[in-house]
This record gives sequence, C-alpha cells and structure tokens, in this order.
Amino acid sequence: MDLHRPIHELTAAFSRGETSPTAVTEAYLGRIEKLDGKLGAYITVTAEQARAAAAAADRRYRAGSPLGPLDGVPVSIKDVFCTRGVPTTSGSRILERYVPPYDATLVSRLAAGGAVMLGKGNLDEFAMGSSTEHSAFHVTRNPWDLARVPGGSSGGPAAAVAGGLAAGGYGTDTGGSIRQPAAFCGVVGLKPTFGRISRFGLIAFASSLDHPGPFGLDVTDAALLLGGVAGHDSLDATSIPAPVPDYTADLARGVRGVRLGVPDEYFIPGMDPEIEAAVRAAVEVLKGLGASVERVSLPATPHALATYYVIAPAEASSNLARYDGVKYGLRVPGRDLVDMESRTRAAGFGAEVKRRIMLGTYVLSAGYYDAYYGQAQKVRTLVRRDFDAAFGRVDLIVAPTTPNVAFKHGDKEDPVQMYLNDVFTIPADMAGIPAISVPCGFTAGGLPIGLQLIGKALDEPGVLRAAYAYEQATDWHRRHPELA
Amino acid sequence: MISREDVEHVARLARLALTPDELERMRTQLNAILVHIDALRAVNTDGIEGTSHAVPLVNVMRDDEPRPPFPADAMLGNAPDRAGEFFRVPRIIED
Repeated sequence: MDLHRPIHELTAAFSRGETSPTAVTEAYLGRIEKLDGKLGAYITVTAEQARAAAAAADRRYRAGSPLGPLDGVPVSIKDVFCTRGVPTTSGSRILERYVPPYDATLVSRLAAGGAVMLGKGNLDEFAMGSSTEHSAFHVTRNPWDLARVPGGSSGGPAAAVAGGLAAGGYGTDTGGSIRQPAAFCGVVGLKPTFGRISRFGLIAFASSLDHPGPFGLDVTDAALLLGGVAGHDSLDATSIPAPVPDYTADLARGVRGVRLGVPDEYFIPGMDPEIEAAVRAAVEVLKGLGASVERVSLPATPHALATYYVIAPAEASSNLARYDGVKYGLRVPGRDLVDMESRTRAAGFGAEVKRRIMLGTYVLSAGYYDAYYGQAQKVRTLVRRDFDAAFGRVDLIVAPTTPNVAFKHGDKEDPVQMYLNDVFTIPADMAGIPAISVPCGFTAGGLPIGLQLIGKALDEPGVLRAAYAYEQATDWHRRHPELA
Repeated sequence: MISREDVEHVARLARLALTPDELERMRTQLNAILVHIDALRAVNTDGIEGTSHAVPLVNVMRDDEPRPPFPADAMLGNAPDRAGEFFRVPRIIED
C-alpha cells in the first residue's frame, strides 16, 4: 500500500470504498513496527486505540456518513499534547510516568472529527531544540538520510509524515519547531496565527510564543489538518474568537496580482548557497504565476534571535517551575522540601532544559530584569512593527525557512550554533503571524529545502493559497524518501 | 561575565541541584549565550512599549457559573506521594 498518499486522496478512496480506515491504519502500524526502530519517530504507539478509532470510522464510511475531512485519517501527535489515559512525556524523564486525566483541545477536536491517533511523536525535551537529539528517550532520524537530524523540536511527527509512518501530524512551533523540521524532512509545515489553535492541554514551553500546527504531505492536507482543530476555545484565554473559514475553499484561486516581498535580511552570509538559489528560483516561479515581487526590509531581524533567547527561556523558567515532584511526575527524595525539589529537577531535566531554565531564571532575576527581559520585549515590538510596515506594501513575505539543510547527528554540540538554525523562523513567532514551509527543491546531496511564506495575522487563507499555487507548479512534494 | 557564585545563586533560585561539573559547564555556556544576548542592549528602544503578547486580547472573562470540578482522585492519580485527598511533601513546619 502507498503510504505517501495525501489525506485528501485517502479519504476520497475511503468514500469510494476502495480502501478503509482499518486497512490504512493497519498498514501504517505495520510500517511503524518495521521501521520505527530505525527512525525513532514515536515515543508511544497507541495501536489498540488506533484500531478502535479506525473501526468506528469504517462503519461511518460504510453508512455514507463520515464525520468530516479527517475521519479515519491516521496521524502522529507530538508528545506535548495531553492525551487522556495515554502517557504524555514532553520528551522528558520528569514526566515519564505521567498519564493525563484529560485531553488537550486539539486532541479532543481530532477525536470528534474521527481522526485516528497512531501514537505520540518524539520531540526535543519540552520542545526545546532544533534536532530532536534532546529527547530524553531516543533520537529521531531524518528519513532522507538516517545519519542526519529531522530538525526539531517536532522532529517525530515531521519524520513520520515524510517517512510514511503517518498520513498527517501535529506539532508546536515556538521558535520554528514546525517549519524547520518540515523543511529538513521535505514536507509541508504550517504555523498558524497565535491563538488560532487552542493551547489548552498543551504542555507549556513559552506561553506567548507556543503555536500548535500541522504537518502534511501537501498544502491541501495542511489546510484540512488546520481546519480540523482551529477555532475559539473557552478553555484558552488567548484563543482568538474569530470564525474559522474553509481553508480549502479558495486554495486554487492563484497568485495573480498578489504582492510578494522578499526581505533582504533573510539572505545572509554563511547561509547554504543551494538554499538561496532554490528560494530565488521559487520566487521566479511565483512571479511566473502572476505575483509581483519587490524587495522589503525587516531591519530588526538580526536582533530577533537574541530577543527570543531572552523571552523564551524566561517564560520557560516560569512554566517549568511546576515540575516540583509534588503533583505529578518524578520525585527524588530529599532531606527537606527544597532539597527534594532541587534533586527531582536535577534528575528529571536534561542538559538543554536545565540550560534554558538557568538562562531564564538569570534574565528574570533582580537587577537584570529591565536590562534583559524588559529590553527584549521592546525589541519584540520592533520585530512586529517591521512586519506591520512590510504588510503595508506587500501581501506576503517569501523567504527561506532555514539557513542550512539537515545536519548530521552530533554536528551542533555548541548551543549557540544550534540556536542559529532558527534565525529565519523566530521572527514570525515573535509577531504571532502565520507562516508555512513548503518543499522547494533538493541539494545536490539529495536533502530537502524549504520555502517559507509569511502572512498577516489570520491570513492563513492567503498563505495557503500562495503555497498551493507554488506547489501545483512544481513537483517537489511528490518526492519521497526510500526507507527499507 | 557570570561568575561561579552567580551560577550557584541562579541554580538555587531555579531549584536545580547541579553537580560541580554541571555548574562549571553552565558558567561557560551561559557566558557564551549572553555574549549574543548582550547585543540587544545596543538597540535603541527609547519610547518603545514592550510586547508581552502578539494577540490584542485583554481581560477575557466568562460567566461565573459553577461547573463540576475534576474528581479529586483523577487529579491525585499522578501524585508521586499522597495521603488520602492530599499531596504528601517532606515536612516544612518544625514541631
């Protein structure tokens, strides 16, 4: 069975009775069984639950009444979304034995739409990382080259979709954790507007920056996966109370007359020349489809990375204070409460998480707060204003997703080198605006390259439309890695 | 530059019992990261308001209607140590 079949084709085949959710789910489970020892895309596989959900979807298709466009669709969900009765680790030893008593809103909406959860996808611990090497359990490998990383932090779902171990996936993007692994694995990854998808039941990393979003084999799938979970949620006070459009309705309208901005600051010395060439070629393709192209400047971009590495660790140090060995998770005994907490946290958190907690605690500590945190919040305003100014002239911004392609495991031991991976993805997180990564070519060595399209708040339809127009004019998304 | 004493102080605030090796590695790495972050101080932000949040939502309220609470057993189910309806912790009050 072809397990690189887009969701929109799969569900059409379900409706025609050519195959069934159970047949497809069994095929994915078989492939996971066979290949995931090598790939490491999952932390937990929920085979029994998946079979039950697929059987229920079978009955609905047989009755001619599927629940919607995701009914019977097998997906991987990053292990940072709480799942009732299913261990949820966030990639950390400190939550190794945690079994949530409730579902995240994203999870309950998927269940209500009939989607089949195959399992919980691997990630860098607490979503902190760009390589999925910082999972406490095992690394995930890139399906295009097992010696390389899939990107991160949502490396599990990205590798699963690219490798044919799930039809779709969900991750989170705080500094690039959906778009960067999508680019590294050659799939589509969408980070919607902040607040478009509920964060209820999402294990928090940086609350002002965490964006849930989907991975798909093509843009249509990303639109369907977004539509299945987007919308207001009274359980998340930062959720946007705006109606959810049908994201597939206008996909094919094209880009004629659309104004595209190419930011000078996203082509920097040291970036991979093959990426620059592929992205510039993609801009020409969009121009050929009728879009107009102009240069724009986002002058605060060079400061975005440093700003992020103040704000995200600061929020993380506060959010992760809850792991104290009292309410859930690991406890290491100590001579008193503080000793117990300190030993528990030292044993339960990995090196990268400790580093970010320390950095965040430092920048929030007395005497440094204004110089670091206060200043970073002001620079964040400058990053937002850059986008506001650019969107006065253009409809969308086109840029590379990453400055380099997938690197080898162990290649970026230096934390600062690792952080530089996110230099082109962080700004859209800071501004909370939608951005997508779509495949736009391969290096001579056969590694995927990602094109990033960034839009105004809530303009997911515009972002998806341009991505779709590009995709239809090219065939990069039809290439899949050989895994055996 | 962050000193060894600074690192120890921050580790205490963060409730992290770090080994001597970890403290030393943390000092080196935090200093390397702070070199990059310090560049922010040079950015002119006079008269600029900070952004705490990308979405302009304030004071989101709901009606104050009673709803059934989560069952205590479900909430206590993950506790590493419990006594009846309570989370048990090491003694924090002297006799």
